[in-house]
Amino acid sequence: MSIQRTVRVMQEQGIHVEGINFFTGFCVEGHTHAIRKQDRDKPKRNNALWAAEQLGIKLHIIDIIEEYKDVVINPKHGYGANLNPCLDCKIFMVRKAHEWMKAHEFDFIITGEVVGQRPMSQRKDTMPVVQHESGVEDRLLRPLSARNLPETLPEREGWVNREQLHDFSGRSRKPQIALARSFGFTEWATPAGGCCFLTDAQYSVKLADLWESRGSKQYEMDDIMLLKVGRHIRPARHFKLILAREEGEGKFLQGYKRQYPTLKVTSHGGPFALIDGELSDEEIRQAAAIVARYSQGRSANEVTLEYADAGGQARELRVKPAAPEEIPAEWVL
Amino acid sequence: MSRETIDCKRLLCPMPVIRVQDRVAEMLTGDELEAVCTDPGALSDIPAWCRINGHEVIEMRSEDDLYFITLRVGEQ
Repeated sequence: MSIQRTVRVMQEQGIHVEGINFFTGFCVEGHTHAIRKQDRDKPKRNNALWAAEQLGIKLHIIDIIEEYKDVVINPKHGYGANLNPCLDCKIFMVRKAHEWMKAHEFDFIITGEVVGQRPMSQRKDTMPVVQHESGVEDRLLRPLSARNLPETLPEREGWVNREQLHDFSGRSRKPQIALARSFGFTEWATPAGGCCFLTDAQYSVKLADLWESRGSKQYEMDDIMLLKVGRHIRPARHFKLILAREEGEGKFLQGYKRQYPTLKVTSHGGPFALIDGELSDEEIRQAAAIVARYSQGRSANEVTLEYADAGGQARELRVKPAAPEEIPAEWVL
Repeated sequence: MSRETIDCKRLLCPMPVIRVQDRVAEMLTGDELEAVCTDPGALSDIPAWCRINGHEVIEMRSEDDLYFITLRVGEQ
């Protein structure tokens, strides 16, 4: 929402604006809708593209997955309530935007930040940190809060009229909504922060578990995608099960069957599951019993499953489904 | 004029758009690019990206679980 108003405020002053949207891999939007069958019929919309189209500006979507890892793994300014490194994230993105700005011969950067709107990255004391540590210094203008902040280069040079900028502050969105309506906006994109999986407590638990089990804070794109999908059960440090909760997730997880061993219930309706880890035969049977517990054969004496290794070698397993007390709550992430 | 195909299967939004964007940046006006996708979100995102950036979607079709989106590169 903020960025739509921010851009419009600049356009009202005749400034040419182009958008940059960074893709970290942790963006919520789109993925769960694309994966889960029940969500597939909902209208799809990438908010950044939608907002750019509403505003009539070009949008450049930049893949920063690899470089962003260091921000998530080693945030200099620490994490927020979950594994959200908001201040480091903002510094990193402004630095990348600054590099893009120089490479494409633009003059300054604008963001939709408002003083006091976010607990980490949009405080009066941390906003100058973003400017300084990103290297952008006074070429960063926050049009919605500019009159609460020191003058920037575009204001001093007269490229932008400071008097026509705003003095919003605090968490209330009412004045911003009023401004949006004055521009004729009736819809707006999700606010920043609400669209990052790292601010989600349950997702952060799963990511912390991944790091703990591997003994190091590393991840690949597939890891962070899989954390968004299914029911995750860790019976031991060296193995975890990912069980599809519905058909769409099952289909998505099947895309990983050449990377992970899998379990599929064949005698009853039941979830498709990936096995992350190297298991003994006894542990494979334990995994099968857990998967059987989540199948329609949970009350049967025996459930049949197909176990396949990542090479595609399959064999049949017959197990008694695990009893509820055999799957302690702390195993379920 | 050239015609190319890029494989965006198993990529979720916005990666198909990023792949298309990066490929188009290397192409010439009038060239055609077909993206083969599995994420149905690409059916709205790639055309939206084309409208914003002045490219033309000339065909969209689906076959089983695959979505084929073909665009013609505009002025850049």
